[in-house]
Amino acid sequence: MSIIEAKQLTKIFGSHPEQAMQFLKQGWTKERILKETRMTVGVNQASFSIEAGQIFVIMGLSGSGKSTLIRLLNRLIEPTSGQLLFEGRDIVQMSAKELRQFRRKKMGMVFQKFALFPHRTVLQNVEYGLEIQGIEKQARKEMAEQALQLVGLGGWENSYPDQLSGGMQQRVGLARGLANDPDILLMDEAFSALDPLIRKDMQDELLQLQSTMKKTIIFITHDLDEALRIGDKIALMKDGVIVQIGTPDEILIKPATPYVEKFIEDVDLSKVLTAAHVMRKPATITLERGPRVALQLMKEQGVSSLYVTDKGKKLLGVITAELASAALKENLSIGDILIKEVPTIDSATPINELFEPMAASSIPLAVTDDTNRLLGIVIRGAVFAALAGNAIPEAGGAN
Amino acid sequence: MNNIPKLPLGNWIESLESWLENHFTPLFDFIRLIIGSIVDFLHHVLLFSPSILMILIITALAWFLGKWKVAAFALIGLLLIDNLGYWEHAMETLAIVLTASLLSIIIGVPTGILCARSSFLQGIITPLLDLMQTMPAFVYLLPAVSFFSLGVVPGVIASIIFAVPPTIRLTNLGIRQVPSELVEAADAFGSTPNQKLFKLQLPMALPTMMAGINQTIMLSLSMVVISSMIGAQGLGADVYRAVTQTKTGIGFEAGISIVVLAILLDRMSNHIVKKNKR
Repeated sequence: MSIIEAKQLTKIFGSHPEQAMQFLKQGWTKERILKETRMTVGVNQASFSIEAGQIFVIMGLSGSGKSTLIRLLNRLIEPTSGQLLFEGRDIVQMSAKELRQFRRKKMGMVFQKFALFPHRTVLQNVEYGLEIQGIEKQARKEMAEQALQLVGLGGWENSYPDQLSGGMQQRVGLARGLANDPDILLMDEAFSALDPLIRKDMQDELLQLQSTMKKTIIFITHDLDEALRIGDKIALMKDGVIVQIGTPDEILIKPATPYVEKFIEDVDLSKVLTAAHVMRKPATITLERGPRVALQLMKEQGVSSLYVTDKGKKLLGVITAELASAALKENLSIGDILIKEVPTIDSATPINELFEPMAASSIPLAVTDDTNRLLGIVIRGAVFAALAGNAIPEAGGAN
Repeated sequence: MNNIPKLPLGNWIESLESWLENHFTPLFDFIRLIIGSIVDFLHHVLLFSPSILMILIITALAWFLGKWKVAAFALIGLLLIDNLGYWEHAMETLAIVLTASLLSIIIGVPTGILCARSSFLQGIITPLLDLMQTMPAFVYLLPAVSFFSLGVVPGVIASIIFAVPPTIRLTNLGIRQVPSELVEAADAFGSTPNQKLFKLQLPMALPTMMAGINQTIMLSLSMVVISSMIGAQGLGADVYRAVTQTKTGIGFEAGISIVVLAILLDRMSNHIVKKNKR
């Protein structure tokens, strides 16, 4: 179920936004409007819907309008036109009072530069959103302490923000955003100001928190790696326009425009693509067949080994052409010559972790699931093709 | 240029003055009563006890607010004033300065807050403040006398006009200097404008505001000699008399008493600022 739905959401900065809006509807570009009317299009008719419990990443370079867009969602910046539905209610139409209640109860926000109040202690910072709702002192203290525990900052309640490191400050920011238990958490480049290592820790921690909290998180970033790591859905923005919305896979595999293509060209595909992306349909045989059939199959399919499964597709082992012809001479069954020690990998293994097992093995790698069912095999050629950025087969595809 | 007649600006001002005088006398009387009572009250409080006791009280206050250095200065300086025979006049002056400062804060802080909220209002108030600070004080002493007659009240009014601008300016500045991310954060969590003001903007603007208030106190002290020309009593009157009678010694004695008060007020109000920072 979608929790937020934006329809043609637009922000124009300037003296006569309605006029520029008309031009925009007539299809004028951002540049033309800037040149002829001296008004800036911040966000250009953005439409999207966000599912509850999803991490929705809005990605773009600076000036792409992503920070404006996230501020339209809680009306820190007033939209020029468009609709913004939250559980069916239009946020754009809310009165000042309704909006305040909405911000207090439904949305939390985490800021790029933390935006902690320097004159308040850590606890008082986290309490802020509760305090202004008029929640009684003891209750809000407990809620704030709970939020601090959640982000691993128990015991720091009485410190001041400037006594904490950047990573810890942003944990306070996160706790403050979570303290009122909002449905939606807005995170505006929340980890961009942190050191790379701490950033990665925070991403992991966010994912871990999210696995229990199941909030709807709208996350802004200019960092594609970050977007790919944490996003369930990614919206890519350029010049105020959303150029593509999709899962990380869809963005990587089917870039919608040359811009997206260029954007993703520096991605280290070996970290992003997994065994599932490059695996192929395996040549298999069941245990009941004889070596003659096995040799025939290998010849037909032009391979030198076959994976052996039971009828439930459970992986039993592997046989090679040499072993099969030896078995044929000595009249043995497949079961007798089966190599049971087969290296297997999980379908979520990133490609960069496949190099080592591939180098050590003369046969294709077997991809299995938790129940040891054979899902596919990974051959070297497919990995190289994928890394070269072309001819990536459909996930689990047949060829 | 010569064929454009001179603008009758002076006449306009004078008709405005008499119009105000004719129509607002009850208001002026009321203001006079209020300010006069505050000054009298402070004057009585300050002179209620023997000078030595008051010196000890002020010294203790200086100790509490600041360091021992301020306290030591208070003790020695005030004993000097007492010894020279200017205690009563010094307390009169202090009463006037405190009244002018108090009223300046009461007027200045809210005005500064309003300016910070509205750039339009700021645009109107700023040139007015420039005018108040640069217009020679004697010019507005005259109408002050005609509205409030001679005595301490027009002196206080003139002091306020001269001294209130820094409080307004720095309150405005202090609030506007609060980083926009913090204001955004306060908004994002659903603060009302007043919650934002009292929980974020004023606490963060406080050091800047206190610097303005400190300036206001100093400026109102600097008006005491001018105020004495229209009948305000105190050290200013002593200086004024010494100058008109060319008595260098008396002038210097009263002058140094003013300096002692000035340094004391400055250091003590400064330490209030530091105490307020955590």
